Amino acid sequence: MAAPSLRVVEAGARTYRRTFRASIFSAFVNPALYLVAMGIGLGRLVDTSTSGPSLGLPYLTFLAPGLLAATAMQIGAGDASYPVMAGIKWRKSYQAILATPITVRDLIVGHLGWVTIRITLVTAIFAMFMVVFGATSAMQAATAVPAAMLTGLTFAALVTGYTARLKDESGLAGLFRFGIVPLFLFSGTFFPVEQLPALIRPIAYVTPLWHGVSLSRGFALPEVGFVANPVVSIAYLVGLTILGGYFAMRMFRKRLIL
Amino acid sequence: MTGSRTLTARVIPPPLAGAGGASKMLERNWIVYKHMWSVIISGFFEPLFYLFSIGVGIGVLVGDGVTYQGTTISYIAFLAPALMAATAMNGAIYESTFNIFFKLHYGKVYDGILATPMMPRHIAIGEIAWSLGRGVIYAVGFIVVMLFMGLIESPWAILAIPGAVLIGFAFASCGMAATTFMKSWQDFDLVGMVTLPLFLFSGTFYPTESLPPTMQTVVQFSPLYHAAELLRSLILGSVGVGDLGHVAFLVGMGAVGTLITGRRLQRLLLS
Repeated sequence: MAAPSLRVVEAGARTYRRTFRASIFSAFVNPALYLVAMGIGLGRLVDTSTSGPSLGLPYLTFLAPGLLAATAMQIGAGDASYPVMAGIKWRKSYQAILATPITVRDLIVGHLGWVTIRITLVTAIFAMFMVVFGATSAMQAATAVPAAMLTGLTFAALVTGYTARLKDESGLAGLFRFGIVPLFLFSGTFFPVEQLPALIRPIAYVTPLWHGVSLSRGFALPEVGFVANPVVSIAYLVGLTILGGYFAMRMFRKRLIL
Repeated sequence: MTGSRTLTARVIPPPLAGAGGASKMLERNWIVYKHMWSVIISGFFEPLFYLFSIGVGIGVLVGDGVTYQGTTISYIAFLAPALMAATAMNGAIYESTFNIFFKLHYGKVYDGILATPMMPRHIAIGEIAWSLGRGVIYAVGFIVVMLFMGLIESPWAILAIPGAVLIGFAFASCGMAATTFMKSWQDFDLVGMVTLPLFLFSGTFYPTESLPPTMQTVVQFSPLYHAAELLRSLILGSVGVGDLGHVAFLVGMGAVGTLITGRRLQRLLLS
């Protein structure tokens, strides 16, 4: 990362130092609550069931790595939506940044770099919860974290590009309502996508979250393994990240420079 | 005429009087929102996604169903009424917190309104009624979907609609009361800090019996627990005397919220 991008990362960190208290709940406590309520509470129903299809492992163990990837997605998308809108339109901090020797490329790289740091913080803490709840071993949880980070970064890049196109924030509510929430619910986090109707299944296979969940679960639970070929998943997520970043750069140039 | 008006004011506590002024508040919101109905309607899809996710996914994993009040019912039948209650809660909370905060501090909508014969209590009642309306719209949409999915077990279910009104009232009034104390957008994390644990731990996703005994006692104080249990009784047709307790809890919560809102608006806007 070039030095000018590091300045943008620093700006993110400095702002976060003042606002992190408000994010503690949404970033760290929310996922843990989901893990307890769904993993343990609902898990009891799933694990004692005699007629349902068997997952071959406790529900909490199945759920945790999926939730790890889904949490990374939410942080990535969240940090690339309203804050980017604020940078472009409300606080106009991006205009201020671009008035310095920092270029659009530095800005995007730095912004995504800072979001990646945030995702790392959140997923690392979530991975600790996974170990505390006995969902997986420390070693395996640690290998799942980079997979989740990549998932989060992919969403951050794609959503940054998407946000840069919007005139106002109403498109963001739609993104979460019709994009992020359905992905959270249908991308293999809570149940294997094989249970979806055959018509909908192909849609699940092309979503980045499904690949992220497959990676995260495959690393965290070697006995379960990957649902999709991990090389394909990684290449797909990296490709989408580059595409999102490139698109964001083009939109930023169009909106903030010309 | 003045005499009869003071008499009414003595009989009815101030925050409950003033339906005329409150209806003006509703009219104002109706005019403003006519151009934004798509925002409201789209909020209805979120609980629907949850319902389908549970229906095709988790419900299959749970398989044989849930033991609820001695009988075994399918997981989706157990969950759907609780999701309907959560839907009414979310609609009411969203409208009574974010939007009210904006109107109070940025739009300065109420300052303008108070330059007319409207009183703070008219605003309070009107806005609470409007907010609960949003929850009720979602809840009614939700119960129609349940009907088509064959999840309605009893004719009592028709009472689930007034039930949703009551749930909306309880949450809208308390949401608005809480909003009057808020100072910045950051405070809204507190809203999520309350509603998400309510959503996850109020016997929404699994029977409270599977919680530890101390937690079960705590859950008794969760308004969403009472809301979910009330709608479950009505929709599954297991109505009993205990439901009056749930109704009383929600009515009490709504009344307290309305009283606080009226007083706080008085203080914020007129002093």
